[in-house]
Amino acid sequence: MSAAAVAARGGLQVLMLDEQPQPGGQIYRSVAENRRKRGYLGQAYASGADLVDALDHPGVTLQSGATVWRLDKGPQVTWSRGGKSQTTSAAHVLLATGAQERPVPFPGWTLPGVMPAGAAQILMKTAGMLPKDAVLAGSGPLLYLIAAQMIDAGSPPQALVETQTSTQMLGASQHLPRALFGLPTLLKGLSLIAKIRKADVPRYTAASGFHATTAESGKVDFSFRAGGRDQGLTCGLLLTHQGVIPGTHITRAAGIAHHWNAAQGAFQPQYDLWGATDQPGLHVAGDGAGIGGAEAAAGELAALNILCRSGRLSSDTRNQRAARARAALFRARAIRPFLDAAYPPPAEILAPTDNTIVCRCEEVSAGAIRQAIREGAQGHRQIKTSLRCGMGPCQGRMCDATLRGLLSEGNANQPISPPRARSPIKPIALGELAALSHPQEEPA
Amino acid sequence: MNVASRFRTLPETGDCVQFTLDGVPATAPAGVTVAAALLAHSGAWTRQTAQGAPRTAYCMMGVCFDCLVEVDGTPNTQACMTLLREGMTVRRQTGLRELNGGQRD
Amino acid sequence: MYQRTPEITIIGGGLVGLSVALGLLKAGQRVCVLDGADNDARASQGNFGLIWGQGKGWDFAPYANWTMDALAAWPAFAKQLQDLSGIDVALDQSGGYEFFTDPTEFDAFEAELAQQATHLGNRARYEMLNGEELRSQMKGIGPDVVGASFSPCDGHVNPLRFLRALRCSVQAMGGHVTLGATVSAIRLQPNGGFALALANGETLQTEQVVLCAGLGAATLARDLGFITQVRPQLGELLITEKLGDRLPFLSSTIRQVDEGGVQIGGTKANAGLDDRETLPIMSKLARHAVTVFPALADVRVVRAWGALRVMSPDGYPVYAKSSLHPGAFLVTCHSGVTLAPLHASALADWIMNTSPTPDLEAFDECRFALSHAA
Repeated sequence: MSAAAVAARGGLQVLMLDEQPQPGGQIYRSVAENRRKRGYLGQAYASGADLVDALDHPGVTLQSGATVWRLDKGPQVTWSRGGKSQTTSAAHVLLATGAQERPVPFPGWTLPGVMPAGAAQILMKTAGMLPKDAVLAGSGPLLYLIAAQMIDAGSPPQALVETQTSTQMLGASQHLPRALFGLPTLLKGLSLIAKIRKADVPRYTAASGFHATTAESGKVDFSFRAGGRDQGLTCGLLLTHQGVIPGTHITRAAGIAHHWNAAQGAFQPQYDLWGATDQPGLHVAGDGAGIGGAEAAAGELAALNILCRSGRLSSDTRNQRAARARAALFRARAIRPFLDAAYPPPAEILAPTDNTIVCRCEEVSAGAIRQAIREGAQGHRQIKTSLRCGMGPCQGRMCDATLRGLLSEGNANQPISPPRARSPIKPIALGELAALSHPQEEPA
Repeated sequence: MNVASRFRTLPETGDCVQFTLDGVPATAPAGVTVAAALLAHSGAWTRQTAQGAPRTAYCMMGVCFDCLVEVDGTPNTQACMTLLREGMTVRRQTGLRELNGGQRD
Repeated sequence: MYQRTPEITIIGGGLVGLSVALGLLKAGQRVCVLDGADNDARASQGNFGLIWGQGKGWDFAPYANWTMDALAAWPAFAKQLQDLSGIDVALDQSGGYEFFTDPTEFDAFEAELAQQATHLGNRARYEMLNGEELRSQMKGIGPDVVGASFSPCDGHVNPLRFLRALRCSVQAMGGHVTLGATVSAIRLQPNGGFALALANGETLQTEQVVLCAGLGAATLARDLGFITQVRPQLGELLITEKLGDRLPFLSSTIRQVDEGGVQIGGTKANAGLDDRETLPIMSKLARHAVTVFPALADVRVVRAWGALRVMSPDGYPVYAKSSLHPGAFLVTCHSGVTLAPLHASALADWIMNTSPTPDLEAFDECRFALSHAA
């Protein structure tokens, strides 16, 4: 949103293609609609409404409910809306498709009543629905944010089951000096934890061995180990979370080079300090490029650079105008080493037990994948073709990360190429694909 | 299995939308997605996989494809990416979809 | 790595290499198979699993007959794979169609089938149906289809299960299959035999070598003195979400896999080693599917991809023995599924020169030298 506003104010024509029915992405989901309600979501969330307002500019054309499913050289974008696809060319394309939850596989994670914590937050934002009786389990700052929002909404969690160990927290403290550049964020985190303590929400730490089954009532029986013994909780909802990772499906399908970010435990696209990639005309910004959060201001930087490349700004003016955003980006990045070290996903989530389903779409277990690796499968592709893992409609979004964890099990430094992504990056009906107007000339 | 909804919906002023779920009339607030309406309605499965495993909407943001339902006759529609509209016909899916066109009764 | 030098090393662990390995193992040879890296070009992972005869070799009688022999041998071969590996490759040989929307193309193909029949004698089996006949026989065929050919011997297998069954059968018969063992060069040993230099620095000795490496064979073929040059040909494919009901036909361009998704493909383009899917072809494939079977219109494509066929200069198989270096063989084709039963039986006799030795002279690579000379 900020990129669109900056680019339009700078004189460019901007087409914004957003898959959701209203702008806001996931962080600011439904923020404009919530202007005078759902105050439990907090002030930081509510301030996102300004970004939506800024889209009201003659230079911005917003297409909501529009799914981009292919990128071609040009650049050219192929997108679907209302059951009809079309291609649009532009001088520059900015990919700001955001992050997704890191998959959290464990035995029972596919059962009704088990959801990512972020999904519950989406329901709070978009439908005013609150978890009736939820346990929050996992690791990461979002867990505290959601717990606080639930408390403020009058639906506190039954318990907080955290996988973070004190060793991890101690080890992260070496990054605290740097993290102080993001002091407001740190303080906010502390206030969330204080709120949770004040609400007397039971907390377990150094938890492991997650296991979920369906009780006779339909509720979730959640068992785990903490405090040196087996624990069990019964809840209506088990909300899990182990951080977020960039959604790289579209950037991989576009042919952009990617590398493995070891600190964040995720692949991300490669780009320069303005978000420009190795593919002509393609730029990236936001959590889809690398996790930085809402304050990282990368959209503004990318838009200023595009204005410069379009001849609207000299590079000096660009650099001057970018000063505030650069500082914001610096602060957002400064806190990451601390957060990444303090809240790492546990090994048993990255490479789960044999009886855990890894590929939800095709129902392929970790045990079957380990067997394929023993039989010689050396990469995503061979596991895919031998087990169908990754061949379902989600196209690997829920299982690629776990597949990588299993492939690199016992060999953490093994270089593993990012899995290949191809168009259509979201399923498209044959009739719609057939009706695509004005495709280019067929290759000779 | 009849399982109560795992969510409570805050009373908010606004319109209601009528739809049918597996032929049975139901209501939901206007402006919510089909997935939200289903989760508000019940805590039971909304989809069974090819191997009969029970699933409900999971990620709520269009990534996981576990929320697939039939909407107004179109199978395998992502409920979390579809806004609920007045008079919508929603059916839960068990197993694989069928070809339409001359084969639906 | 091995206690004794393998008698025969097969370079290439795809359908062709594994089929040849199986045949040699059944004939009592000691065999090892060297396969390349995960992201090598692998025609064996991108095909339709078609067992197809109609039109094959219409202008080259040896290929027409070789293909017909293969089709006839498939049922027994599938059973043998099941006995050895426990894997059912889902062989279905209940016949296949080619659909036409252009009357000129329909007539042209009918002429090719007639020509093919002259080579096959009383083994020839095909039928031409015009649009109305077709629509009355099969519900759901679109109104723009002007006609189809049908051959009752054609069919398909599950290609990935077939690959797995071959590998397991080779291992069950005592063959060694090594993955990630890319061969970078082949040197001749002074006292006979070959030294295979692997990309990882190791060297393997072997008495005989069979090159079945598809597109990976370029430099190795030269090392062994072969003149055949294969080139990649891009085929693009779409695959849809799974369907609970079955399509009422098998076609070389539209095929439903046993898990339920519908594959659509059959295009040909020269794009070098670029196997990326292209928008015009994706759209063209979708149009073809929806024209042939309109009920597919609301079925969603979940993946598109491209795969590279291994094409010899004239598109027919090459079975060549190196005259310069006895004990070296070249086997390449783009019909690795169809021909597999023969690769796993008759070809072993050809390699070992045991009777009954099939007459495969027509497939020797000297036919390329002759065409250069002419």
